[in-house]
Amino acid sequence: MNKLANKTYTYYFLLPAGIVYFVFFLLPTIMSLFFSMTWWTLTDWEFIGLENFKTFLSEPSLNIGFKNTLIYAVLTSGLKVILGLLLGVYLSSKLKTVGFIRSMIFFPTLLSTIAVGIAFTMMMHPSQGIINIVLQGLGIAGPDWLGDTDIALLSVALVDVWKGVGMATVIFIAGIMSIPQDYYEALKIDGGNAWHNFKSIIIPLSRPAMNTVIILSFIGGLRSFDLIWTMTKGGPGFSTDLIASIIYKQYQAGFFGLSTAGNVILFILVSALAFPLYSYLNKKEVDL
Amino acid sequence: MLIVRKVMTPLLILALFIGVLTGCRSNEGSILNTTDPKESTISILIDNQIEQDGIRAVAAKIEEKYHIKTEIETRPSGVEGHEVIKTRLATGDMADLVFYNSGSLLQALNPEQYFVDLTQEPFINNVEYSFKKSVTVNDKVFGLPFGNALAGGWFYNKKVYRELGLSVPKTWNELIANSEKIKAAGKTAVIGTYKDDWTSQLIVLADNHNVISQNPTFAEDLAANKAKFATSPAALRSFEKLSEVYQKGYLNSDYKTATYKDGIEMLVDGTGVQYPIVSGVLSVIKRDFPDRINDIGFFPQPGDSSDTNGMTVFMPAAIYVNKNTQKLEAAKKWLTYFASSEGVKTFLSNKIIVGPLAIKGREVPNNIIPAVKDMLPYFESEDTTPALENLIPLKGPNLPQITAQVGSGQLSAKAGAALYDQDVEKQAKELGLTGWE
Repeated sequence: MNKLANKTYTYYFLLPAGIVYFVFFLLPTIMSLFFSMTWWTLTDWEFIGLENFKTFLSEPSLNIGFKNTLIYAVLTSGLKVILGLLLGVYLSSKLKTVGFIRSMIFFPTLLSTIAVGIAFTMMMHPSQGIINIVLQGLGIAGPDWLGDTDIALLSVALVDVWKGVGMATVIFIAGIMSIPQDYYEALKIDGGNAWHNFKSIIIPLSRPAMNTVIILSFIGGLRSFDLIWTMTKGGPGFSTDLIASIIYKQYQAGFFGLSTAGNVILFILVSALAFPLYSYLNKKEVDL
Repeated sequence: MLIVRKVMTPLLILALFIGVLTGCRSNEGSILNTTDPKESTISILIDNQIEQDGIRAVAAKIEEKYHIKTEIETRPSGVEGHEVIKTRLATGDMADLVFYNSGSLLQALNPEQYFVDLTQEPFINNVEYSFKKSVTVNDKVFGLPFGNALAGGWFYNKKVYRELGLSVPKTWNELIANSEKIKAAGKTAVIGTYKDDWTSQLIVLADNHNVISQNPTFAEDLAANKAKFATSPAALRSFEKLSEVYQKGYLNSDYKTATYKDGIEMLVDGTGVQYPIVSGVLSVIKRDFPDRINDIGFFPQPGDSSDTNGMTVFMPAAIYVNKNTQKLEAAKKWLTYFASSEGVKTFLSNKIIVGPLAIKGREVPNNIIPAVKDMLPYFESEDTTPALENLIPLKGPNLPQITAQVGSGQLSAKAGAALYDQDVEKQAKELGLTGWE
């Protein structure tokens, strides 16, 4: 009996955190599962089964939303991994200005996404924006970054990469720094050059860092909302709508049950993509 | 000892936790208690796009007369503002007085649950009949209409019209002929500002007079699920007009990224000549370009025949009283003053009038601006139709995106109308209207 108490009493200290987690995370999750199956006005509800899911999935702009969400997530996480890795390798070398460049790269991460969105919206204005003015000075006719339906999503994704690459770089630097020097020495003795260094040591041994970056930025991309909302509001038309922005618009329209159903679908989508990806990546990790 | 500890640990943790929770609430009551009962304060929640000088003037007078202070809270305009309203109402955290749209948006709020029924209040008698209709739900009047109605239609630069020898179009074909001439003169014939996508709706919304004059029962039929935009020729025509403006290349080159503000600049300096928009634009021009206001004229969106030429009117927003208010008497005093002729005078003291007023007994002043003069004949001859959203409780939430797509050639008029029908259907089901099961 006493032994049991000795073993379990420590759990009481988890209780406050547990209650907070339950009240603010688990309970809303369970409630949203329930309310997604109701016709809901925030004060009143009526059980309607799977009707909301049916309506949500027949939403005309949803196809665009699914496609855009996947493009956005793959593009942003891919670019963050590639750029982050290159910058990480570059910035873990022994440059004199390394501290300065590291903070330059990391700085955008500290900014508010909304502020970044507003600033870039102004910079991407087709005739008065600084980007196109500079391009014009170079003799290039800049595109309508956010107004052209073919490239608007890419423009926003690029801004997302600009903002997020600092975090990826920092994770890569940490990963690369933790590789023991012995490997480099061994490679030197075997006569390897810088390329072998990169290919045979840095890439395989910074895999944990790479996996973290992929998972974080992929999930971030799937549920991304704030940047797209400040820069295009899903427009022009529906061309840059993501699942999250479709849900938000339904919430704005007062379709609370419907938008909750949308959130449940987004939750399922993110889990269905993220968990298999996570276990796949974990399998490929090697021990240092 | 161990048993004591065993029992005490969870209890202490629980006590600590409850302490944390209740700690947040402890000073809430004391704030209420410090209010002086003689000097009460009324809070009013308004749209942050409204110019506040009128309300502030009224508030100052009310404080002088009744010792009621007014605290103005603001919220974002547009759909984000609607969301604030819905959430604050549902959570019971609402100001005493609420500024909100009339017509379809009011109906969607379920006003009987949230607002005080004002039908029996004497000041409601001062409200013009057509305005009263837009704040009435189930025969109960819930709001006091605020300010004036707005006209939807085409604002044009009179100087350029004179230079090119154009006259005001009475039919859609005349409008197209004018636009061709403007385009040939190297100017933007139709200003498009689809970055602010609400502005892209205007060609469709302001066409309602033409729709209703061709198909008088369209509004009721739409609400009862008996008519659709895509299959009623008169209603589909609105989308076709929007599409035509794009197809014929009348829009400014940056129409996708131009904003409402850019559109106003184009209109006043004459690089853009015609701008389909709501007459609220006049107060912005008056404020930002006061010396150019006389260059701006107005005509309603023309239909296919000049016989039915008339104007689409948007009913003004209104002030509602929160049902949970602690200060019902003060709120009613506030509204009584606001609806009195003195109140209206105070409210309008520094304003230009951009449409007919909701409160009776206030004559139109002489120093009226030209664009409003262009509107008055339609009001006098009653060639006006309320906007569709003022006639029935339906306005699909995705209309701005759909019209932006039709207006930029991404969707055909027919496809856009069909898409909007789906949007309307979703809302009708959400509202539980009859005929949509």
